[in-house]
Amino acid sequence: MSEPIRLTTPLSRKDVEALKIGDQVLLNGVILTGRDAAHKRMVEMLDRGEKLPVSVDGQVIYYVGPTPAKPGAVIGSAGPTTSNRMDAYAHRLMELGLRGMIGKGSRGRNVIEAMQKHGCVYFAAIGGAGALLARSIKESSVLAWPDLGTEAIHRLVVQDFPVVVINDVRGNDLYQEGRKEFDLTAKTIV
Amino acid sequence: MVRTIHVDEVVPAVAELCISANYDLNEDTIQSLKQGMEHEESSTGVAVLRQILDNAAIATEERLPMCQDTGTAVFFVEVGQDVHLEGGSLYDAINEGVRQGYKEGYLRKSICDPFTRKNTGDNTPAIVHYDVVPGDRLKITMAAKGGGSENMSSVVMLKPSDGRQGLINYIVKRAAEMGPNPCPPIVIGIGIGGNFEKAALLAKKAILRPLGEKNPDPELAALEEEILKKTNALGIGPQGMGGRTFALGVHILKHPCHIASMPLGVNIQCHANRHKDVVL
Repeated sequence: MSEPIRLTTPLSRKDVEALKIGDQVLLNGVILTGRDAAHKRMVEMLDRGEKLPVSVDGQVIYYVGPTPAKPGAVIGSAGPTTSNRMDAYAHRLMELGLRGMIGKGSRGRNVIEAMQKHGCVYFAAIGGAGALLARSIKESSVLAWPDLGTEAIHRLVVQDFPVVVINDVRGNDLYQEGRKEFDLTAKTIV
Repeated sequence: MVRTIHVDEVVPAVAELCISANYDLNEDTIQSLKQGMEHEESSTGVAVLRQILDNAAIATEERLPMCQDTGTAVFFVEVGQDVHLEGGSLYDAINEGVRQGYKEGYLRKSICDPFTRKNTGDNTPAIVHYDVVPGDRLKITMAAKGGGSENMSSVVMLKPSDGRQGLINYIVKRAAEMGPNPCPPIVIGIGIGGNFEKAALLAKKAILRPLGEKNPDPELAALEEEILKKTNALGIGPQGMGGRTFALGVHILKHPCHIASMPLGVNIQCHANRHKDVVL
């Protein structure tokens, strides 16, 4: 595996165009959180022609619903949730300049195409490694919709937050390519 | 001799099960992940497995949930037929234990109304399965079942003519479809036979068997081995990024079924293979 690439948010189109599948990236700076309920609300606002409570231009959004922080802690356990539940909404945020998404699991064809069109990448963090990932989160505050609890939009400050590029701006997919390399069954099963 | 157990004893025991299941990964899973890392051919796969093991160590050391999805609280309760429970409802006591454990352990509350999606706020109601067994003990097993892997589970009514090969084909096809989504490496719990609900329940119970412990039925042990080999040959690997370690284990339970049927339950467990038990 190659050396990790350090990136600081906000990301430019040029930053993400340089990334390719399988790249290990250490993210630094501010990232936003949002999962099912926040995405639904954001898209409903856009449908009504309203302005979002946060700007997503140049931003990276992390699909996460952390556990409650213990007293004195920044955050609880904070690993990624399954991304495909956000597939119906993702392109709307890319249209507004979103440069990165962090989650786990495969994305739909429409999302991969939108990434190519708008210049956005999809990163995976290790699913189920919430305690380890929490160590890279240095600040956490609610930016919008505290009523959504764990699903509210948070502003996180991260330091060397470890992710892997799954889908790049050229339509490649690490989940497909990585698997091909180790697939012993292509000829015998299906 | 009838033995009396007060339900007040159940509450703290359940709270502790919820917390320890989420903080402390069982040793069998840790050993299985280490073995996977030794045999993994993908360098990305090795890096992923190392992070998963580091994560488990951090969770135990810092008393933090290993995963932010602290699960649906699922219970298997074996009630000895010589046990007399007093002081209230056992089901209420289990739910009170969940309420306290999820609060005191700073665990995420993930249970909501299926339509309105309004959160119940305390991770109740728990899902409780009871068995009445000989003896005067009360054994409570708690599994914290995450949503991502549960969503990849299924029950299918195969045809008797599908047989052993049809069953293998179905599971391998499902594994190929789920790919990275259930947070591999996973444990594949399989229930064969019974009926619609029995197959699902057996599949879930099968997961509870410690990894590395052989199925006592030699035919099922051979079937487990074959499914393990075939699913790992898909190349999906840890977190679906490519590699050898997709499944840590395949666990099967079997039950006789109707002459017209061949029910199959497949319950998927992510690498955060969280379950603990207590005997009162």
